[in-house]
Amino acid sequence: MSQGILVFIEERGGQLRKASLEALSEANRQIAAVGGSVTALLIGANVKALSSDVAKYNPAKVVVIENAVLGNYASETYTQALAEAVKAIAPKYVFAAYTAMAKDFVPRVAARLDAPCISDVMVFQNNGAELLPVRAMYSGKTYGTYEITAPLSFVTLRPNVFAVQEGSGAGAAVEDLAVNFSDAKAKVTEVHASEGNKIELSEASIVVCGGRGIKGPENWPVLQSLCDALGAALAASRAVVDAGWIDHQHQVGQTGKTVSPKLYIACGISGAIQHLAGMSSSKVIVAINKDPEAPIFKHATYGIVGDCLEVVPKLTDAVRKLHEHN
Amino acid sequence: MKIAVCVKAVPDTEAKIAIAADKTNIDFNGIRFITSPYDEFAIEEALKLKEKLGGDTTVISMGGAECTDVLRDSLARGIDSAVHLTDADFANLDTLSTAKVLASAIKDGGYEIVFVGQQGVGGDNSQVPPMLAELLDYAQTTMVVKFESDGKTFKAEREIEGAHEIVEGNLPVVISAQKGLNEPRYPGIKGVMAARRKEIAVKDAAALGLKGKVGGSELKVKIKEMSLPPERPAGRKIEGDCDTQVKELINLLHSEAHVI
Repeated sequence: MSQGILVFIEERGGQLRKASLEALSEANRQIAAVGGSVTALLIGANVKALSSDVAKYNPAKVVVIENAVLGNYASETYTQALAEAVKAIAPKYVFAAYTAMAKDFVPRVAARLDAPCISDVMVFQNNGAELLPVRAMYSGKTYGTYEITAPLSFVTLRPNVFAVQEGSGAGAAVEDLAVNFSDAKAKVTEVHASEGNKIELSEASIVVCGGRGIKGPENWPVLQSLCDALGAALAASRAVVDAGWIDHQHQVGQTGKTVSPKLYIACGISGAIQHLAGMSSSKVIVAINKDPEAPIFKHATYGIVGDCLEVVPKLTDAVRKLHEHN
Repeated sequence: MKIAVCVKAVPDTEAKIAIAADKTNIDFNGIRFITSPYDEFAIEEALKLKEKLGGDTTVISMGGAECTDVLRDSLARGIDSAVHLTDADFANLDTLSTAKVLASAIKDGGYEIVFVGQQGVGGDNSQVPPMLAELLDYAQTTMVVKFESDGKTFKAEREIEGAHEIVEGNLPVVISAQKGLNEPRYPGIKGVMAARRKEIAVKDAAALGLKGKVGGSELKVKIKEMSLPPERPAGRKIEGDCDTQVKELINLLHSEAHVI
């Protein structure tokens, strides 16, 4: 019987990804049922120093694969690193946060080791020592509960859905794992930071999204002020991205990002099925739209029928006043 | 240049989805199938690259009868030839098995570039492109929003959180297409008529050397239950003039929903 959970902890610019710590926390919650222990895995050129931060989240052990070659991301070197770690640790499940990096290399590792991979999991059900991952399919219109019949499987977890749990951090052992890296056929040569959100959409706890109802790109500052007051990330519907009003990085929906915030404010958005695909798991949805028949109102917790360009500035003022009082 | 494009037939994104009686899949009755939206960017990039470097483009799709119209749609846009991978063994395959089937159709064809949409909007797994690259032992770049190649090397820009990465490497390569890579051309009448006259090659498990190797008891993961998401409780519209509505909303978000 295989056992244990290996959690890949992603690091960017010397910071641990919050979504990876969510995955580590979930592994800790599941390990009693699964059996064995939780191992956290750091991969990079300069990551050993982060092992004490990782240890605060209570893995039984932290394994570090540190090598200058890993300084710039390459699909094949990270694949090789994770595959070697899996062979050394022999877990039953490998967890990673469902990020751009994990989407790129985790399935490649699964294929290398002839193991199944289940992506963007929102919750686990249990059947004894077996985890049954549950995920959205058909653009969020259905949920699939999966059954795994292999001794090793790879599971990526949706960001912003699993609670982070810091622990006592007592005595996680830290181990180095040396890997002899083969040359990669392709590698990252440059990274260009994007303009726009400082808060990553898929990890934001509040999102303000603008659609055609904002009337033109000159009005983004109206929504940005609300974002600043709330500490929210700015998003956009497909219609305004296609119209060239804002970059695709902001798009939420079937051909954009999936977000799971506690609060989603839809401004001037009609609520097409493809848009709902990206935000239907938001905890609270507020819709502001001039058209009382807009489909979005059927999905909103709270709705305001009105012109978002009139409503949003007043909302921004009210939020600022609320924060002043608290 | 030999270029392959993998496309998936998926339910029309406007379709209302119902659960099948056995509760392990959706009900496909009456569903209209379309080319998965991200695959359209893959098709267009293949056509653009052929226009630039010359060569041959082939579209490949795995599935049942629903693939035929989708393959014809690719041909109508200008893809040279089409291959339909179909077999009873290929029903309900997981992502790894799907990648194995596609790899078996691609591996001996000498394809230098394989374009695939970054996810199929049915399973929404976003796994087949990197799995395919591994099985073919090709380089890979996923979530690509810009691509160029001289026939020997490639340079791609990929989208990650809050940034773009430039990836450079050698062919052969699997590229997964993200929205923004290009503006897909749509088939014109001439394209549609020409596509009707083209023959679609059909290959089954035996032809691919996969009889007994995928599906059925070979599957390592399957869907135990397919269900509809829980219904949201009915929401409410806030009455009054603008100032009243805003005041009430803040109150509800703070004191009732506890989100601000």
